[in-house]
Amino acid sequence: MKVSTLLRVTGALAVSALALAAAEPAAAQAKKIKIGFVTTLSGPNAAYGVDMRNSFELALEHLGRKMGGIPVEVIYEDDEQKPEVGKQKTDKLMQRDRVDIVAGYIWSNVLLASYKSVVDNNTFLISANAGPSQLAGEQCHKNFFAASWANEQNPMGVGHLLNQKNVQKLYIVAPNYAAGQDMANGVKATFKGQVVGQDMTRWPDQLDFSAEISKIRAAKPDAVYVFFPGRAGVQFLTQYTQANLKKEIPLYSVFTIDGVTLKLQKDQALDTFFGLFWAPDLPYAANTKFVTDYKKKHKDTPTFYGAQSYDVANLINSAVVATKGDLKNKDAFRAALEAAKFESVRGPMKFNKNHFPIHAIYQQEVYKVSDSEYDIRTISKIIDNLEDPSAPKCKM
Amino acid sequence: MPQLPLRLKSPITSLVGSALLILLGLVPVAATVLDDPFMLTLFTRVVIMAIAAVSLNLILGYGGMVSFGHAAYIGIGGYAIGILAHHGINEAWIQWPVALIGSALSALLIGLLSLRTKGIFFIMLTLALAQLVYYLGNGAYAYGGDDGLTIQQRSSFGGLIDLNDKESLFYLCWVLLVLTLWLTYRIVNSRFGMVLQGAKSNDRRMATLGFPVFRYRLTAFVIAGTLCGLAGILTATYTDFISPAMMHWTRSGDLIVMVVLGGMGSLFGPLFGAFTFLMLEEILSSWTEYWKIVFGPILLLVVLFARGGIDGAMVRGAAGYALTGLVTLFAMYIVHYLWYDDWVPAAIVLAVAALAIVAIWLRQRRTGGQHG
Amino acid sequence: MTLLLVEQFLNGLQIGLLLFLLAAGLTLVFGIMDLVNLAHGSLYMMGAFFAAVLTEWTGSFLAGALLALPATALLGIVTEVIALRNLYTRDHLDHVLATFGLILFFNELARVLFGVGGMAIPLPDSLLTHFEILPGLPYPTYRFLIILVGLLCAGFLYVLVQRTRLGMLIRAGATNREMVGALGVDIKLLFTLVFGLGSALAALAGLMAAPITTVQIGMGDNILILALVVIVIGGIGSIRGAFIASLLIGLVDTMGRAFLPNMLGTVLSPADAGTVSEALSSMLIYILMSGVLILRPAGLFPAPGR
Repeated sequence: MKVSTLLRVTGALAVSALALAAAEPAAAQAKKIKIGFVTTLSGPNAAYGVDMRNSFELALEHLGRKMGGIPVEVIYEDDEQKPEVGKQKTDKLMQRDRVDIVAGYIWSNVLLASYKSVVDNNTFLISANAGPSQLAGEQCHKNFFAASWANEQNPMGVGHLLNQKNVQKLYIVAPNYAAGQDMANGVKATFKGQVVGQDMTRWPDQLDFSAEISKIRAAKPDAVYVFFPGRAGVQFLTQYTQANLKKEIPLYSVFTIDGVTLKLQKDQALDTFFGLFWAPDLPYAANTKFVTDYKKKHKDTPTFYGAQSYDVANLINSAVVATKGDLKNKDAFRAALEAAKFESVRGPMKFNKNHFPIHAIYQQEVYKVSDSEYDIRTISKIIDNLEDPSAPKCKM
Repeated sequence: MPQLPLRLKSPITSLVGSALLILLGLVPVAATVLDDPFMLTLFTRVVIMAIAAVSLNLILGYGGMVSFGHAAYIGIGGYAIGILAHHGINEAWIQWPVALIGSALSALLIGLLSLRTKGIFFIMLTLALAQLVYYLGNGAYAYGGDDGLTIQQRSSFGGLIDLNDKESLFYLCWVLLVLTLWLTYRIVNSRFGMVLQGAKSNDRRMATLGFPVFRYRLTAFVIAGTLCGLAGILTATYTDFISPAMMHWTRSGDLIVMVVLGGMGSLFGPLFGAFTFLMLEEILSSWTEYWKIVFGPILLLVVLFARGGIDGAMVRGAAGYALTGLVTLFAMYIVHYLWYDDWVPAAIVLAVAALAIVAIWLRQRRTGGQHG
Repeated sequence: MTLLLVEQFLNGLQIGLLLFLLAAGLTLVFGIMDLVNLAHGSLYMMGAFFAAVLTEWTGSFLAGALLALPATALLGIVTEVIALRNLYTRDHLDHVLATFGLILFFNELARVLFGVGGMAIPLPDSLLTHFEILPGLPYPTYRFLIILVGLLCAGFLYVLVQRTRLGMLIRAGATNREMVGALGVDIKLLFTLVFGLGSALAALAGLMAAPITTVQIGMGDNILILALVVIVIGGIGSIRGAFIASLLIGLVDTMGRAFLPNMLGTVLSPADAGTVSEALSSMLIYILMSGVLILRPAGLFPAPGR
């Protein structure tokens, strides 16, 4: 192609492109509340992101898609479980879509990469899952809230449970990454017995735990405590059951059994002990409504990821209602968020000074609903009003 | 296939490459005019990745060293900034030299260990050594471990440039990209560069001619590592965050894809590659969650039919296709920006592009030659 | 203590043999066709998915496994004919790029076909038992089965490569492809067959691993790196090298995870030993590979003519 033709073609295309760009479509400028929701919608853990999206949508439906009379628009973005992608999507929500509030985030490292773009720009970020200890402690920020939990809270609850069950010797297995360390440290913070062994497995690609299971068998502890989120939970439970140790050495866990993994874990999740701040059968009105309607709509039980997202929607709503829709008054909105005057699906909760929840932890178990259906139910309350240990480090 | 430096003199690639550079330089203007600060954010990332890709092209495209651990230098450069900032040292005059020297020394070490191997062994060894760096980062809980390290305050140049201003940061990155390209151009066209490329096609011959091939390669390796460390510095500055995930071997794979896609061993190739890769990712992912099902085969098709990547297509006389591709990408980005969720305008652009490709193909058949 | 040692040795053996099943196919393809096939991990995943689906349909793990092998071989052959055939004469780097694109494609395809949640393969009760190989040491039957299948496969491949005509062609093709073609052998057919065999081996690895690790999208991506480590250490194109290297890696990894804290505990305080061993265990395989390649730049058993 001759250079002159080349230049002509390129010139034509460039001019038309610029013309298109100049002719921006006029945007309707009616008042509405724009919320950006960042979660994982692709890859192996997409099921949790979908659960969160479904639950957030359900909450909006229950609210009539309005908060304080103002229509709500939500933009969902996929972080692909990568920190830079999460940051890029967060930036897009802030800079292009100009959302009023950002929420979501399953993973700590994605949240830590993204939160500054939001909170440093006078906008609120409400985590619907990730609760890294850094943000509960030294890096706490007045514009950051977690509607879920702080990493160490639930394991602390399981530690109390271990004490209640008189476990003396404990073996700990968790994956070797920041959240894994938090989960191990959390249980050690409250467990009063002796830790006879601790193994941190290679994350995320170690799938075979035969070496660790052999060590557990040899150490003969009273119980074993594990943390294996997502598919790793299925793998560990499968292998632990195959090793036939459940009767001898009871299995305690946190975040290892949830509605999604239960579909694959099935019988293997029976006869284990775990604790969490929420279960689908907690007898609070908001929870019953949430779980019943979710089951009707999606033919499935929601997971705690979904419960947290449902709470985020209602938390935001409570603040909008309290400030009568004036989102510009950030201080008033913040105070309304801190007050947390809404019906949480977990029951009574309030925010600590580091904007992380103070709530109860319950012991739960898996049971068979029918031949192929399993669900989670509450056995008892382990402890009430549990605070997280990083709160003192927060200087707010 | 040996890439001769004469290709740099090809008028079309130089023209298109320079045009792309200039267009990129105009992004801040466009962002202000269109009131879209996100465009600036997006293209800052494109420019930074382009610097990393150019650095990889030096050793991969020109030197024939397929390093599957190049992303490690992004991490090393970034962590140097992050760790110093964590300890309260925010002066860029201290941070940047430390990061660059750190990257250079790491490249020296990794190069010394791995450059005695060749082919697939070299690939795997660089991968293994980079994974060691990755796991070191994962294990450094004092600096966040795999949670990564947030950088609370951007480096300060003492009033010279304000890195908190997005436009200033973008221009800094853009100027550094231009300088990196210029540096590559000078290196490749020097005697050093000739030896390097000669060694790529036949290192035994070069050794017989008396050149210490190992030393030349090691030098190129260290230069490339340092330049990639620069990309790491910019990444940490731009995201205010650094994590081991940015050093994982899959990120090195992304860089290799960018270099090969754009055209190895050509000056502007990595720029085309980084631009195309990130644009496709941005545009396709906004349409569907399943975008990789399209992106994968696109890569495959490029390898099968566009030998030498985008740049190679231009040189080989298939400039028409390559240009149509690039312009389509540009148009798609505009469509994506204006009509975010509406597929009709996108479909129109694709249809026009398809027609253009058919027209070019027909014209080629009539003229019966390779003059595209 | 010795019982634990034996148990961990068996664990390492089992992990190593599973790795061998995957690496064998990869080294065959790389050795004969000089093709770097990163999508080998995708065939591992598809084999596991096929086995899961077929086990559900037929109700029998054995039937599901036996049917999944030819299904995946077919998938591999179709991929080879459509996408990979034209790449043999090209650069390794072009292989990397093209097969990387295939990985993305297969992962999304699996998501579309089988859903995001992955699948599990429940074992029949007969395989969920234990038996005592030594008094006081019950070992899961299924893991034994893996060891058995792995060893049988190694034996089968040995016989195939050393004692059959096809094997002779494979060995000749690994050394000098053009010559084999010049001698009148249909190289295209040979390559397609070898690729099909490699795909079947990948599927076998996938479906044997699936009852333990469950079937997930992207399950092949990480283990692919391990397989590449194996064939690089063991030598390209060498089944024997792959066998030895896989076992080496499996044992080093398992023994390291099992005994490193104790070994370090003799020189460091328990807390330090814990942190250091945690970090080291993740890196052991890469340290091993780096060590081997630095000392022996062409692998432990370099194939002749390379």
